Amino acid sequence: MSSSPNGSAAPSVTRQQCLDLYYYMRLNRSVEDQMMKLFRQNKIVGGLYSSLGQEAISVGTAYALEKRDWIAPMIRNIGALLVKGVPPRDIFTQHMAKYTSPTQGKDGTSHFGDLKNLHIVSPISMLGDLIPVMTGVAMAGRYLGQDIVTMTWIGDGGSSTGAFHEGLNLAATQRAPFVLILENNQWAYSTPVSRQVPVRDLAERGRAYGVASVSVDGNDVIAVFNAARAAVAQCRAGNGPVLIEAKTMRMKGHAQHDPAEYVPKEMRAYWEARDPIARFEKYLTGNKIWDAKAKQEIESRIAALLKEDLEFAENSPMPPPELAEQGVYCEGCHTIEAEWHRPKSEVTPPKSSVEAEWTVKDFGAFDASTPSGNGAGAQVSASPAASKKTSQPARRASAKSSKGKRGGR
Amino acid sequence: MAPVTMLEGIRQAIFEEMDRDPTVVALGEDIGVYGGAFKVTEGLLERFGRERVIETPISETAIIGAACGMSYLGLRPIVEMQFIDFIACCFNQVTNFVAKGHYLWGAPAPMVIRGPSGGGVHGGPFHSANPEMYFAHTPGLKIVYPSTAYDAKGLLKSAVRDNNPVLFFEHKFLYRRIKEELPEGECTVPIGKAVTRREGRDLTILSYAAMMHTSLDAAAELAKQGIEAEVIDLRTLAPLDAEAILASVKKTNKLLIVHEDTKTGGIAGEIASLVCENAFDDLDGPIERVTALDTPVPYAPTLEDRFLPNVAKVVAAARELANY
Repeated sequence: MSSSPNGSAAPSVTRQQCLDLYYYMRLNRSVEDQMMKLFRQNKIVGGLYSSLGQEAISVGTAYALEKRDWIAPMIRNIGALLVKGVPPRDIFTQHMAKYTSPTQGKDGTSHFGDLKNLHIVSPISMLGDLIPVMTGVAMAGRYLGQDIVTMTWIGDGGSSTGAFHEGLNLAATQRAPFVLILENNQWAYSTPVSRQVPVRDLAERGRAYGVASVSVDGNDVIAVFNAARAAVAQCRAGNGPVLIEAKTMRMKGHAQHDPAEYVPKEMRAYWEARDPIARFEKYLTGNKIWDAKAKQEIESRIAALLKEDLEFAENSPMPPPELAEQGVYCEGCHTIEAEWHRPKSEVTPPKSSVEAEWTVKDFGAFDASTPSGNGAGAQVSASPAASKKTSQPARRASAKSSKGKRGGR
Repeated sequence: MAPVTMLEGIRQAIFEEMDRDPTVVALGEDIGVYGGAFKVTEGLLERFGRERVIETPISETAIIGAACGMSYLGLRPIVEMQFIDFIACCFNQVTNFVAKGHYLWGAPAPMVIRGPSGGGVHGGPFHSANPEMYFAHTPGLKIVYPSTAYDAKGLLKSAVRDNNPVLFFEHKFLYRRIKEELPEGECTVPIGKAVTRREGRDLTILSYAAMMHTSLDAAAELAKQGIEAEVIDLRTLAPLDAEAILASVKKTNKLLIVHEDTKTGGIAGEIASLVCENAFDDLDGPIERVTALDTPVPYAPTLEDRFLPNVAKVVAAARELANY
């Protein structure tokens, strides 16, 4: 296991951080193992999606965030929810459609959020939509002076949606403090990545938009954590957004109903040998970061927690039927208040007013000197002089001389 | 006070709300330096600055998504669709993300999506649409479609302050064609309330937006012929003011619904059902409707004139109904 994706650049990971990372990965897998049992007992109302083999990504990325930061997990990011502080009982009750679930049974799986305390935005089933939404959360956080970073996840399959591309482009133009984790798990339902995306590294999709982008081994939790830490720091410094492609493999079918017979045996064997939890255990033992007692303690802690939360979920009632009619509109049930961490006067006239600076010479020309962290953004930007050489003369020239708009709609 | 256009009323509402509350921000294509395709946001950038007047790429899905995300932190974004037709590009984001959040996980999205809509200006099939019913069919959205400068201003202010996502349709035929004096100081108009524009006893004409004015012209013509039509302006399509609709039907016993939206799936069908369910015994004739044709909005003036309802069509339908 590498110490970081770039060799020696990353700061060290403490023993406690290692043990935390292991705890959450183990908890992630145990929660899902438990749900598999519930599914076989017919206690899960709808589908069940597994993140087996991808735990290092959910956990390693979310672990790089602060409490005040915001996440929007996708269906295979239960690990990120756990890191953010969601108790396993919420995940059990959601899947079992119980009244005690965060959505009171109105939605299932990991489709729930918490605006007030944990700062989690709920996903929807349509892929990619969280990218513009979390860009907006990042923009609002910056506007309010909150110093937050936002994070969401997308798969290799979801990276072909329009929302992915529109959202990433908007995030780039806004320099939003936003981290996008692109989980390349090789399969979009039954379709291999090679038949969906004609590039080897999906990080290239980010670079195309001027977004600093890296690829990491998604089954190496330390590598993932280090990449995420670096990305969060870059966003915090005002140089977002960042895309991290985490290469991994979805070890189960799309959902429980899917035996995934389309996956070649050799491919499965290759990735089984790289199971992120087994690898990390070996790393912890090999580097003497833990001993058998520490491992046992973690396992006991998880077993006790799951037992209690499972009992809670099993004993919870289904929602009362009349709940179906309630809650379409907010009719005063919510008080909406922005949390200002900067003086409002900064964005209130007359202070907010701007001079007509867009009439300055060269407006609309690329500025090659803008910072972009690890360099991917800067590399795609061309200076006006350079672009003249490379045959874009008409539009570039007009953008330089015109007062306002960039070239054509 | 000099009379102002509906466009100016909308502009004033945006300026006043942004002045009043720094959580109100604006997003859209070309809304800054250029002032918007119809100049609704002219001067907004100079007054409120780049942090609050956000010019976006041509990415309707990203704009709606970002506005929704901003609303989760307590901001109240006003989003401009350059033409409301382009809302089709972000249908998923509006109907699945924005609309369902409160019901499913208790996430209110206080945001306004506004834009120029409607035909009669020879804008062709992609710049003339009335897509309100796609969204009236979606639980969780409020749909507002004013017909006067005062209502446009007052309803937009209410929309900004509402805790729910509001789609605000601005009929572009009315932008600069109607004028009225607006009062000094605060003016808000409640969402979800219809208004009686003309009292009458013989039949009720129910309409909204540009067709409101067509209906009033028709009512004036009908009056010359001895038929007194009551004209009601819906103003809000969701939630619908069922009380006002039923009260008028119980008074006149006859109902004609006029809208510029196409016939099949238009609000007229929904209102007809509502009246049948709740006031069938009060009806003295069939519920009639005058609407646009079930076609795309055609471009040539001769074709668009055929497509749209007009005073003559409303008068003819009203006369037939009055004869029952």
